[in-house]
Amino acid sequence: MSRAFAFVATLLLAWPMMQSAHAGGVPKPSILIESPGTQCVAPPAEIRRNHMEMLKHQRNLTLREGVRGGKVSLNGCIECHASKKTGSVIGSNDNFCQSCHAYAAVKLDCWDCHQPKTGKAMPTSAAEAKP
Amino acid sequence: MTTILSARADTPKFWLLAAIGALVSAIGIGAALYMEHHGHSVTGMNNQIVWGLPHVFAIFLVVAASGVLNVASIGSVFGKTVYKTRGMLAGLLCFAMLAAGLVVILLDLGRADRIMVAATHVNITSVFGWNMILYPGMFGIVVVYLWTLMEKRMYPFSKPAGFAAFIWRLMLTTGTGSIFGFLVTRQAYQSAVIAPMFIIMSFAWGMAVFMIVQKAMYRWNGMTLHPQIRARLKNLLAVFVGAVFYFVAIYHLTNLYFARQVEFERFILLDGGIFPLLFWGGWFVLGTVLPLILIFTPALSKMSGSVTLASLFVIVGAFCQLYVFIIGGEAFPLDIFPGMTTSSSFFDGQVDQYSPALPEWLLGIGGLGIAFTMVVVGVRVLKFLPEDNIAKLQASGALAD
Amino acid sequence: MSANNNRRSFLTASATMAAGAGFIAIAPGISLIEVSHARPAGEAASKANRWGMLIDSNKCTAGCDACVKACSTENRINEQVADPRQRSQWIRKIDIKDKASGRQHSLPMMCQHCAEPPCVDVCPTGASMKRADGIVLVDRHICIGCRYCMMACPYKARSFVHQPLTEQNPEVPRGIGCVESCTLCVHRVDKGQLPACVEACTEGAMLFGDLADPNSEISRRIAQEATTQVRADLKLNPGVRYQGI
Repeated sequence: MSRAFAFVATLLLAWPMMQSAHAGGVPKPSILIESPGTQCVAPPAEIRRNHMEMLKHQRNLTLREGVRGGKVSLNGCIECHASKKTGSVIGSNDNFCQSCHAYAAVKLDCWDCHQPKTGKAMPTSAAEAKP
Repeated sequence: MTTILSARADTPKFWLLAAIGALVSAIGIGAALYMEHHGHSVTGMNNQIVWGLPHVFAIFLVVAASGVLNVASIGSVFGKTVYKTRGMLAGLLCFAMLAAGLVVILLDLGRADRIMVAATHVNITSVFGWNMILYPGMFGIVVVYLWTLMEKRMYPFSKPAGFAAFIWRLMLTTGTGSIFGFLVTRQAYQSAVIAPMFIIMSFAWGMAVFMIVQKAMYRWNGMTLHPQIRARLKNLLAVFVGAVFYFVAIYHLTNLYFARQVEFERFILLDGGIFPLLFWGGWFVLGTVLPLILIFTPALSKMSGSVTLASLFVIVGAFCQLYVFIIGGEAFPLDIFPGMTTSSSFFDGQVDQYSPALPEWLLGIGGLGIAFTMVVVGVRVLKFLPEDNIAKLQASGALAD
Repeated sequence: MSANNNRRSFLTASATMAAGAGFIAIAPGISLIEVSHARPAGEAASKANRWGMLIDSNKCTAGCDACVKACSTENRINEQVADPRQRSQWIRKIDIKDKASGRQHSLPMMCQHCAEPPCVDVCPTGASMKRADGIVLVDRHICIGCRYCMMACPYKARSFVHQPLTEQNPEVPRGIGCVESCTLCVHRVDKGQLPACVEACTEGAMLFGDLADPNSEISRRIAQEATTQVRADLKLNPGVRYQGI
């Protein structure tokens, strides 16, 4: 009996919070397209749903079989979508990858190893080589 | 048959033990999270000592887990009643230590978050890959085996289940030993004797763990082990300790005979600093000679607690032996250019100095905590206490009057 | 080029042209006809090639680490590491002294890109792999960081990344918790360029080429001159061969 009461009380207390979540408590991510007018490798709807599969397929092709210059490329994503300000796709909830992944609460694994900044935003090898 | 329900009367003590176990486990997992966050830079491990203290703990747990089931096998496979009574406790210990050992190994991975990758991608040429199949299989078989021991309708199946467990754990420990035995590169390993040596080590270590746990449970319940059963178990422990000595001796003697291995043996046995110390002082004196003296000196062996002490020494010796085997084997430099001395910024040709860092200790001890907690809870909720029906044993001739 | 193909293929194409047109200067006054051609976009690495190296330790100067520096720069192995034993080294200079004769020499040591790589055999997940053209790589996507390959490698060629990294070369991903080693500069080789170390060696001690092509410079030299495989007793058939050991 008391357990049932506790359950109802919890529901009542949690109700306003659940409401606010529905009422847009967590704002939808704003996806900033830095280079409007350029052509992505696939329509946005397909990218949104399948980008992870596309990248996974390509990563196996490139790394394990050595296929270069494919249509899909993580560095390609970065070149177009990195923030103009920071040159990166992560680092802030305004930046391309992080904006959606923070919203969807999906951990980003790519950037432990891959460079999230564009090649332009990184110091070049040649410049570094000079003593 | 009188039934003393294990430890039901002693509730506060149970909660205390369970809480201590849970705390130690939690600290260990916290240490692993810390390592995960900062990377292995917070450990003493490096590019030469790639497997460190966590692996010493993990391999002890996994090997002892396999060996402790030996007690059950003698009962179910070879039909010895005294051991059959002990099968359930042995099964529980096996399950708990195997789980704890695996947790330590997995939490030490550089990418512990990729546990699913490890489970879904298996390279069949890898001894590690084989173990990825052997370990889950062991869990399954132990669970079924325990079921056949505890559920009356399943009793008829306990013999085949016990036999399956017997075969499987021989494969399992062969697999664990072969992780090293199949390594052609390092001078400490690449020996076919390592797999059988691991099997016999598992018998000794598992037996020692079993004796200590049994002693604790008996004391908790105010029971004493029948002297004849005690004598039988301690003698078996001594046989295993002696067999480990034989295998270790063979391993080192063959190495001493091969000219290319002499330098390595000199390092392990003579001038390698901590390693000869742990080998002679830890494994040989504490882990081998002392237990045998305690078991075979009549005046000592009759004293209460002497077998427990001997078991404790066997376990201390086991840790020393694994430390020498794993860390010592890695500390000795690779012989990339035989006949030449080498030096480089990558420490070629140098003996590596390894000192385990706190997170490694905590993770390893956390593993012991996990096994301990599982056993404490297990013996509380189910009936694992080995109780001997002395009258029946005497009637059947298994015990002398 | 179809409109569908974006900048990536353009980049690849321009790299192809640059490589195709070129002679590579290996030392002042000496140039060598391009040893490899960029693979066209979309084409997989082929068994018809086996990339390898011939290192002449007679020409290698003790104390010179131009190859090591070039590797660190190219692959950005320049992170600050408190414990030098935990620092990644894809290529290192080893000074060697014959115990009997006292003869000393020096050579660069790196992943030997074995035809029978022990690291690949022992890897539990298949992350350690050999590409069709013989380049041994770590697939970091499925590397779990168990370090078994480091236990198995006879050349101590592999390193474990002990800390988070941020300054990677976009073309050379590497990161925390994974094992890594020399990639033979696979990202350059695929574009028809030489590995960074080979390009940087002004002494001409390092020769890169296709061991599967009998007419390549490296194959001809190996056919005519005495060369050594390090730890030849293990029969791993390394792709890196040495002279003067």
